[in-house]
Amino acid sequence: MKNPREVTRADVVRMVVIGTIASAVGIAIGLWIDWFPAHASTQIDSISAFYDFLIILSVPVFVLVTTIVLFSVIRFRMRPGEEEVDGPPTHGNTRLEVIWTAIPSVVVACLCVYAANVLSDIDQAQANQVKVTAWGQQFMWQFEYSGANGKRFLDDELYIECTPTGTQTGQGAPCKGPQVAFDIKAVDVIHSLWLPSMAMKQDAVPGITTHTKINPTRLGMYPVVCTELCGIGHGIMRSTVHVLTPAQYSAWLQKKSKAAAS
Amino acid sequence: MPVQLRQPGWYRAAAFTVLGLAFCLALTTGIRAAYGYDPLFDFDAIAIVSMIGTPLFFLVGLGAFDYWFYWAAGKPTRAEDHSSHGANSWKDYFKVNTDHKVIGIQYVCTTFFFMLIGGLLAMMVRAELATPGSQFVDGQDYNSLFSVHASLMIFLFVVPVFAGLANYVLPLMIGAPDMAFPRLNALSFWLLPIAGILMSISFFMPGGAFASGWTAYAPLSTTQPIGQMCFTIGVQFAGASSIATALNFLVTIITMRAPGMSFWRMPLLVWANFATSLLVVIATPFIAASQFFILLDVALGFNFFNATIGGERQGNVIMYQHVFWFYSHPAVYIMMLPGFGIVSEILSAKSRKPIFGYRMMAFSLLAIVLLGFTVWAHHMFVSGMQNWIRIPMMVTTAIIAVPTGIKIFSWLATLWKGVLHLDTPMLFSLGFLTMFTLGGISGVTLAIVPFDIYASDTYYIVAHIHYVLYGGSVFTIYAGVYYWFPKMTGRMYNEAMGKLHFWMTLIFFNLTFAPMHVVGMQGMPRRVADYAEQFAPWNLAISIASFGLGLSTLIFIYNMVNSWRNGPKAEANPHRALTIEWQVSSPPPIFNFDSIPTVVGGPYEYGVPGAVHAVFDAKKPEPVAVGAPAEAETAEVGADAGSPEDQETKD
Repeated sequence: MKNPREVTRADVVRMVVIGTIASAVGIAIGLWIDWFPAHASTQIDSISAFYDFLIILSVPVFVLVTTIVLFSVIRFRMRPGEEEVDGPPTHGNTRLEVIWTAIPSVVVACLCVYAANVLSDIDQAQANQVKVTAWGQQFMWQFEYSGANGKRFLDDELYIECTPTGTQTGQGAPCKGPQVAFDIKAVDVIHSLWLPSMAMKQDAVPGITTHTKINPTRLGMYPVVCTELCGIGHGIMRSTVHVLTPAQYSAWLQKKSKAAAS
Repeated sequence: MPVQLRQPGWYRAAAFTVLGLAFCLALTTGIRAAYGYDPLFDFDAIAIVSMIGTPLFFLVGLGAFDYWFYWAAGKPTRAEDHSSHGANSWKDYFKVNTDHKVIGIQYVCTTFFFMLIGGLLAMMVRAELATPGSQFVDGQDYNSLFSVHASLMIFLFVVPVFAGLANYVLPLMIGAPDMAFPRLNALSFWLLPIAGILMSISFFMPGGAFASGWTAYAPLSTTQPIGQMCFTIGVQFAGASSIATALNFLVTIITMRAPGMSFWRMPLLVWANFATSLLVVIATPFIAASQFFILLDVALGFNFFNATIGGERQGNVIMYQHVFWFYSHPAVYIMMLPGFGIVSEILSAKSRKPIFGYRMMAFSLLAIVLLGFTVWAHHMFVSGMQNWIRIPMMVTTAIIAVPTGIKIFSWLATLWKGVLHLDTPMLFSLGFLTMFTLGGISGVTLAIVPFDIYASDTYYIVAHIHYVLYGGSVFTIYAGVYYWFPKMTGRMYNEAMGKLHFWMTLIFFNLTFAPMHVVGMQGMPRRVADYAEQFAPWNLAISIASFGLGLSTLIFIYNMVNSWRNGPKAEANPHRALTIEWQVSSPPPIFNFDSIPTVVGGPYEYGVPGAVHAVFDAKKPEPVAVGAPAEAETAEVGADAGSPEDQETKD
C-alpha cells in the first residue's frame, strides 16, 4: 500500500488545482457581496475599486494557509501505531524562507503605492467647491450654509447640489456636482462625520477645525452617522444627506434664507 | 492586639482596608477644610482618593510588603525564608505566595474569573443588539456594558493570562528554581485583582460604570460620572502589575537560564515572553501617563484636554490619542506574541518535528517589537492629526505583515510531513493559524489609509479585533491551558469535551464575528445601542450565534474544574515534549528541580535520533571541569559550556 506520508507531484498538482478553484470561488463571492451601501461619490468609487483589489489579493492568502493546514491534517495525521513515530528533522530551508520574506514584501510595497495614489485621488481639491461647515454636538449634527442673501443659517440635515447627467432625477440617478468641502467642528466632545454612501469620514475635534471633501455622483437621500463614541445618545446621532438637483437646491435655499431672515 | 491582626493575611488586610478608607476620608476632608471648599464631604473627591489609597493599605495588610519593610527597618530578615513559598492547601492560593507555580495558577484562575464577567457583559451587549431600538438598557448603560467588557477582557484577561501561563512554565523551561524576584512577583499578582475589582464595581457607582469605551477618549472621558475613575485608576494597578512582571521576566530570562541554555537554545515561548516584556516595559508607562492626565483633568482641573471652542482653555484633544495609542498599539502585540510562543511549542511537539526556521522565528518576534512602536497613528487616520503622517504609518503597519507572514509560513512548514497528534491543544493551534490569518488580512486592509477612512469605527473594526484577539489570542490561550493543564494540576483534562469545546468555539466564533465585517461595511458604526432597521436581520443572527459562543465557554470551564478535581492522574510528560518543564514530575516539586538541569541541545530536536534538550545528571559535562572551573557558576559562561564548538576552541 502507498505510504500516505509521501507527497507526490500529483498531490502538489491536486493542491494547486483545489487551491486555485477555492480562490476563484472565494474571490467571486467576495466580489459578488454588496459590501458598500451605495456608490454616491467619486471617493467611494475609488475606495470600492481598491477594496475589490484587496479581496483578489487576500482570498488566495487565506486559501493557501487553509489548504496546507487541511492537507497536513488529512495526510500527516497520526495513525494508530504511530504513537512513538517522529517526523523528519527538518530545521529550515533558507531558499524557502527568503521566498516567503521577499514575496510578501513586494506585495506590501505594491499595495502601499496603489493606496497612496488612491489617497491623493480622493483628497484632490477641485477649483469649484461648495463650502459647508458641519458642527458635531451631543447628539446631533448641524450644518451651516451660506444663504441666498448672504446670511448664514443652520440646518440639522445636509443638503448638497448636483447636476443630473441624464434625464432622471429620482433616488440614485447619476449626477455630477461641485465638490463639497467640509469644515468640521465640535461643540463638546469628539464626534465623527461619516457619509457611508460617499465613503468619507472625519472626526470633529474640540478646539480645531478638520476637513474632508466629497464629489457627489448620485441624487437622492443617504444616511449621515456619527462614528466616534460621544456619550449616551451616540447611537441615535444620525442625520440625512439630500443630494438635490440645482433647481431643487435653490428652491430649498430660497425657503431657508427667507426663514432665516424673518 | 490579637495575633490575626499582627500576622499577614486576610484579617489584617480587612483591618487595613478599613484603616485605609478612614485615612483617605480624613485626608480628603482635611484638605477640603483647609481650602474652605464647600461641601466639605464630596463623594467624588473621597471616592477618587480612596480608589488610589485604599488598595495600597490592603496590600500592606495582606503582607505584600512585609519582607521589604523588615529589611528597610533594619530588622532581622532571613535570606532563605521560604515560609510563603508553595501551596499545601487551597488556602495557600489566597495568600501572598512567592512560588512562581502558585502565582501562575493564581493568575490564570483570576483572569478566567474576570473573563467570565467580561463574557457575561458581552452576552448582555448582544442581547441589547438583537433587535433595533432599546431593549433593556439605555444608552449610558449600554456604553458601560461594552466599555467594561473590553477593559476586563484586555487588562484583566488577555494581557495577564499570558503573564500567568508564562509565570508557571517559563522558569521551568529555562531550568530556573523560580523567578528572579519572587516577592515582586507576588506583589505583581495581587495588584491585578485590585484592578479587576475596581473596574467591576464601577457598575455600583452613582451615574453607572465608565462608559467611554476602553479607549476613554478625552474629552468624553473627562466629562463622565465618577465611574470613569474606576477605569482610570484601575488601569494604573493593572499597568503597574504588567510592568513589574515584565521586568521580572526580563531579569529571569537574562540571568537565570540553566547552564548550557544559550539564547539560541531557548524555547520560542521564552523568546516570545522576552519580546513581550520589552514591549511592556517600554510602552505601558504611556497608558499610565494618558490616564494620569485624565485623572488630573477630572480631579484637579488641569485642562490637558479641555479645548472648549472660544474659551481660553487650550487643551489638546488629539494629544490624548497619541499617548494612548503609543501604548495601546504595542498592546496588541503584548496580547499576541506570547500566544505565538505557545503555538510554536505546541505545533512542534504535536507535529513531532523541529520548529521550522527557529532563528527567523526569534528574529521576527524582535522585528515585530521594533515595528510595533512605529505604527500607533494608524488608529488615528481620521482623527484630525496632521495629514502627512498617514502614509508613513500605513507603510510601517503594512510591513508588519512580513514578519508575521514569516511566522505563519514557518508554522505551516513545521506541520509539513510531521506526525500530527490532533488533540485539543493542537486543534486550537491549527484554529489559531487559520483564524489569525483572517484577522491579519483584515488588519492589512485597515492599514490602507483610503480603506481605513471608510471602515474606521464601524463594525468592520469590531470584526477585525475579535478575529485577532479571539481567533488569535484566545485560541492560543485555550491551546496553552489545555497543553499545560496536566503539568499545572497533575491531572488530565477530558479530551472529548476539549474537542467539543474546540469545534463549538470555532463554529460559533465565525458565525458571530464574520457577519460583522458585512454589517460594518454596509454602514453600521460601532459602539451604538441602536441601529438602522436595515441591519436588523444580521444583528439577530450575530446575537444568536454569540450565545452559542458563550455556551462553548461554559463547557471549557466545566471541563477544567471537573478534570482538576476528578481527572485521571497525569504522567510527567504526556505530550512527549523535549522542553525542560516536561522532564520534571506533574506537578513539579516545590523548588522545581532536585538538581539543576544542564542544557545540551536545541528545544525542538524531534526526529533527531537520540536528541535530548537537557540532562539532569549531577555529573557535569567534561568541558566545564576542564575549560572554566572558576566562572562556571555565572549564567553567560555556563550557557556556553557544554556546546561542542566551545570544546574545540578551548582545546
